Amino acid sequence: MAQLIVDNVSVSFPLYHAESRSLKKTVLAAASGRLGEDSRHRLTVEALRGVSFTLNTGDRLGFIGSNGAGKTTLLRTMAGIYEPVGGSITTEGVVTALLDPGQGMNPDLTGNENIRLRALFGGYSEAQIRDLQEDVAAFAGLDQFLALPVRTYSSGMVVRLGFAMATAIHPQILLMDEWLLAGDASFLDKARHRLEAMVNGAEILVLSSHRPDILLQWCNRLIWLDGGMVKADGTPEEVLAAYLPPDQFAHVLEAAGKTA
Amino acid sequence: MSDIPKRQVIAASHSWSERLRLAWADLADTARLWPLVWTLSLFDIRLRYRGSLLGPLWLTLSTAVMVGAIGVLYARLFHQDVTDYLPFLTISLVLWTFISTMVSEATTCFTQADAMIRSMRMPHGVHAARVVMRNTLVLGHNVVVVAVVFALFGTKPGLDCFTLLPGFLLWLADAMAASLLLGLFGARFRDIPPIVASVMQIAFYVTPIMWNPAMLAHRGLAKAFVELNPFYALLEIVRGPLLGLPINPGAWQLAVLYSLGLFLITGLVFVRARPRLPYWL
Repeated sequence: MAQLIVDNVSVSFPLYHAESRSLKKTVLAAASGRLGEDSRHRLTVEALRGVSFTLNTGDRLGFIGSNGAGKTTLLRTMAGIYEPVGGSITTEGVVTALLDPGQGMNPDLTGNENIRLRALFGGYSEAQIRDLQEDVAAFAGLDQFLALPVRTYSSGMVVRLGFAMATAIHPQILLMDEWLLAGDASFLDKARHRLEAMVNGAEILVLSSHRPDILLQWCNRLIWLDGGMVKADGTPEEVLAAYLPPDQFAHVLEAAGKTA
Repeated sequence: MSDIPKRQVIAASHSWSERLRLAWADLADTARLWPLVWTLSLFDIRLRYRGSLLGPLWLTLSTAVMVGAIGVLYARLFHQDVTDYLPFLTISLVLWTFISTMVSEATTCFTQADAMIRSMRMPHGVHAARVVMRNTLVLGHNVVVVAVVFALFGTKPGLDCFTLLPGFLLWLADAMAASLLLGLFGARFRDIPPIVASVMQIAFYVTPIMWNPAMLAHRGLAKAFVELNPFYALLEIVRGPLLGLPINPGAWQLAVLYSLGLFLITGLVFVRARPRLPYWL
């Protein structure tokens, strides 16, 4: 049973190099209240403000919102990378985050070496590492490339390797950013099968994307983030209806084979 | 594979007890992940020499070349007997190389690992331990040079040389603490790495590495450099046994004292600043 509780989470980034008062005022005026000051009068960007929601087994949550709305920061915070300034994140289950295609891989190391590092991080034994390497090779279709440095891969290959690696270690909670869409159509199909199998196995998926069609297909709940706050929370249809202009929404529904 | 769901709470904490608990968990997880630390350091070294003919053997070879060249030259400059001076210089240089690269790489241990830190939740201690492990592996390559020089000049350290083991353990603990401390400072203040590099440059000349304190004893200069110099104390507890000298209680006292101070400061800084590290990268 996996669970993820985000309780009143706030995250702010200090701006260490914006000391000038006049600059501060200018920026403050321009950024419509997203800048604040911390207790020591340092300028901060409030990336997330009082975000709360609870996810349970089988939930597939999508984030939508304009650039800079805090989607990626929220994913990073849920993954435990940024420890929040206020509030708390409670997770039950193994969390894996696919936040950028590189995923902390060392581009100078080969695919197999990167898989080994990832497996060691998961506390795998030597036999399990070999299984993982085979599993990733089979899924990503990279066989002979795994012996080459990752920096020689195409961006699509890096995405495939990252995705295969992250899902092969059976995460119970998978956090994914939109870069997944760099894969080609056949890979997207394969990825969806794998994710569906995972989600059917009673896990949690959190996906951030700009593409309504993807969110409609993959998610059963949608959160609209705006200015670091939750603006809307509901079924994908409800939230997209509010988020998209009516004509686009109708188009997306039509493409997804549903009626408005 | 541990698939048992583990409940994990990451809360914004302002209480020291909570921060202490998380900092301790970080270090405990680092210890649990030692195979990862080992493999990371191994790959670091392998990567540095990938495609080179001699590979990591270069580590040994370049140290040998340096020791040979400097040894012969400085033995003349200092009017020392090569057979005494060269073993002394070899040990000193090899040990100092460990200390100084350790310290300078410590300042970038987190900034260099920014891709990893920003892509998954991993104990920060792993990145510090990686630098310690990597430099220990390099030291392992350089010890060969010491062994060869000792064999050439017939220097035979006695059984006393086993007292270097506790000294080296203290070194490892100090190295880990220095990595955490300087790594955090280096991530927050980007001027720290060049400042530390300059300090280490000065320390190299001030500390009895190229010269033996006995050489300056008659000038009354050596006392100040020796008695308060943390690098000298640390160097001495490992170098002394190798040179067949008896245990130096003064150096041990100083080394333990400085180390305790380092652990205390590192503890405070790490507990306080650990949650903020990813924001600085």
